[in-house]
Amino acid sequence: MASPRPYRGPADRIGGGLVRAVAALGFVFMLAPILAVMPLSFNGGSYLSYPLQGVSWQWYAAVFAARPWMPALWNSVTIGAATTVLATVTGTLAAYGLSYTEFPGKRAIGALLISPMVVPIVITALAVYLAFAPFGLVNSFTGLVLAHTVLAVPFVVITVTATLHGFDRTMVRAAASLGAPPLVAFATVTLPLTAPGILSGAVFAFVTSFDDVVVALFLAGPEQFTVPRRMFNALRDKLDPSIVALAVFLVTISIFLLATIELLRWRSERLRSRP
Amino acid sequence: MSTAVAGTAVAGAGDLGRKLARANRAKQVTAFALLAPALLLMLLAFVWPIGALLTNAVHAPEFRDAVPKLAAWMEGWDGEALPDEAGFALVAEEFGRAFRDRSLPRASTRLNYERGGMRSLAMKTGRGAPRLAAPYRESLVALDPAWGDIATWRAIANASTWLTPRFVLQALDLQRVPGGGIQAVPPENRVYLDRLQVTFTISIVVTLVCAAIGYPMAYVMAMAGPNRGRLLFLLVLLPFWISLLVRTAAWVVLLQKEGIVNGALLALGIIDEPQQLIFNRFGVYVAMVHILLPFLVLPLYSVMKSIPRDHVRAAASLGATPASAFVTVYFPQTVPGLGAGCLLVFILSIGFYITPALVGGSRDQMLSSLIAENALGTANWGLASALALVLLCCVAVVYPVFGRYAGAKNLRLG
Repeated sequence: MASPRPYRGPADRIGGGLVRAVAALGFVFMLAPILAVMPLSFNGGSYLSYPLQGVSWQWYAAVFAARPWMPALWNSVTIGAATTVLATVTGTLAAYGLSYTEFPGKRAIGALLISPMVVPIVITALAVYLAFAPFGLVNSFTGLVLAHTVLAVPFVVITVTATLHGFDRTMVRAAASLGAPPLVAFATVTLPLTAPGILSGAVFAFVTSFDDVVVALFLAGPEQFTVPRRMFNALRDKLDPSIVALAVFLVTISIFLLATIELLRWRSERLRSRP
Repeated sequence: MSTAVAGTAVAGAGDLGRKLARANRAKQVTAFALLAPALLLMLLAFVWPIGALLTNAVHAPEFRDAVPKLAAWMEGWDGEALPDEAGFALVAEEFGRAFRDRSLPRASTRLNYERGGMRSLAMKTGRGAPRLAAPYRESLVALDPAWGDIATWRAIANASTWLTPRFVLQALDLQRVPGGGIQAVPPENRVYLDRLQVTFTISIVVTLVCAAIGYPMAYVMAMAGPNRGRLLFLLVLLPFWISLLVRTAAWVVLLQKEGIVNGALLALGIIDEPQQLIFNRFGVYVAMVHILLPFLVLPLYSVMKSIPRDHVRAAASLGATPASAFVTVYFPQTVPGLGAGCLLVFILSIGFYITPALVGGSRDQMLSSLIAENALGTANWGLASALALVLLCCVAVVYPVFGRYAGAKNLRLG
């Protein structure tokens, strides 16, 4: 039976058209700026405007030259990797703990673990700077990793908790009834089934560290300058197409990470819907 | 017989209850053990630093630590007339000692916040202390006439306490009136309240613009078929994944005087000369809306997707036009998602720092910039902490509302 076609007056038509027009503008607004800027990284000249003065790879060569970006990229990757390990391990354990059983103060602990997401990052950075200074953790790799981990833990807790929500606990009980000790049941049942959530938490943790400017502004000495930290200086200094080349490189990494997350989500949904 | 059976049953039940309680306790211990590493980390690298920072806003013992005897003596001073010879003698003794053990510079910085020019007076006094002799009142006034001014002594009295309201007052553009009481600073000297107002104006405008653009976007995404919906979803998600700095950089390139937008508008003949699109409020709005829009669209979309389409169809079958069905049936169900998105955007924009710093002018800097400036620039930790306290209070007012209406459950990260 076909549903009756409702009456559409002029108000409906104008309203519907307006909604679609604004939405279309919104989607263009989201993507166009990034797409419009990208070709400038191939500019033969040193201006950041069209028309391009020939095509060249020189700005990419500048980005991948020995200095100054490569040491910064190395810092970003190592600090990001350390943050990822620390945040994923502590955050995943915490998410398991939160979903394991009921206990007093559970909501408060959950809120505490999420709170670094809502506290303005300048405040966290300043607080950590002042607290770490007496211990020599300012201008150090360790200090930066600890601060980034605090910012990254909420993301891991949220993604892993979400995975555990859809997790069928009878499977752990089934494993136990078949004689598996708790740790074996965890390693062979819980862990594989929640792995996609843990991995996407890890990706979020890495991105949190990799994108951070503010904490690096407070805690990183020149030895620990990350890519965003150096980029912040460059944007304040002078603009040349090498910034855009670097941006294109970072966007490529972002697309790769987004694709990873999508793949993990697809896998998690498949694992869950398996009969 | 029956009593005996009942007795065993009760004993068994008690035994079972104990076992159950023990098992529950064991589970709770396990849960806490799992939480311990994360909690320890949060405590050491978040809770304790934030607590110390907020204490910093009112705790300023530098002066008292440097000249304890003088500070203790000042507590007995009435503040009405210049102190007697004992006070002057203590100044000479304590400033001289603090100068020798090098605690005077820090203490005089603290003094200088109370009254401009006190730093040089304190250092001069400390340096000249060995040459001072009784009567100290005459020799100190001879060293610097400021010692004969009661305002100097009031500044010392204000600096002598462990706790000071001075930075919090300053962050709210208030000042102490000599002799007690608090008043607003003259409007032409207002600095911090203006920043607070700018922060709120920018946050509200950005939230409203995000809602106006984001609602139709989420609606179109929710109404599209599964494949097109997924594609549009990824279109919103991709910018969300691109580094904030990269997106800000793109706007700097686009909006500058010789940039792409000005070039396009000139070529189309819409404008005759390049317009100032960046380093002003317009640039801040554009860049911030671009960065924060996904935070509104994503929670709203996940709420919209969960609304059964039958509701609107039922309304239509009862004779509602699409517009009235939308207003009376569909929109009310999306309010939680809209609220969650708006609050999230608002909370995030209140704390924005990097984007206004790069695309805004000096009049578009928000509270966060002021905190960073006072911390990294002038090293006025007391004031930076007090401003952080004000900003944190703003978030603390909004966050519970966010928690109630939205919670983390509407916050899907991708």
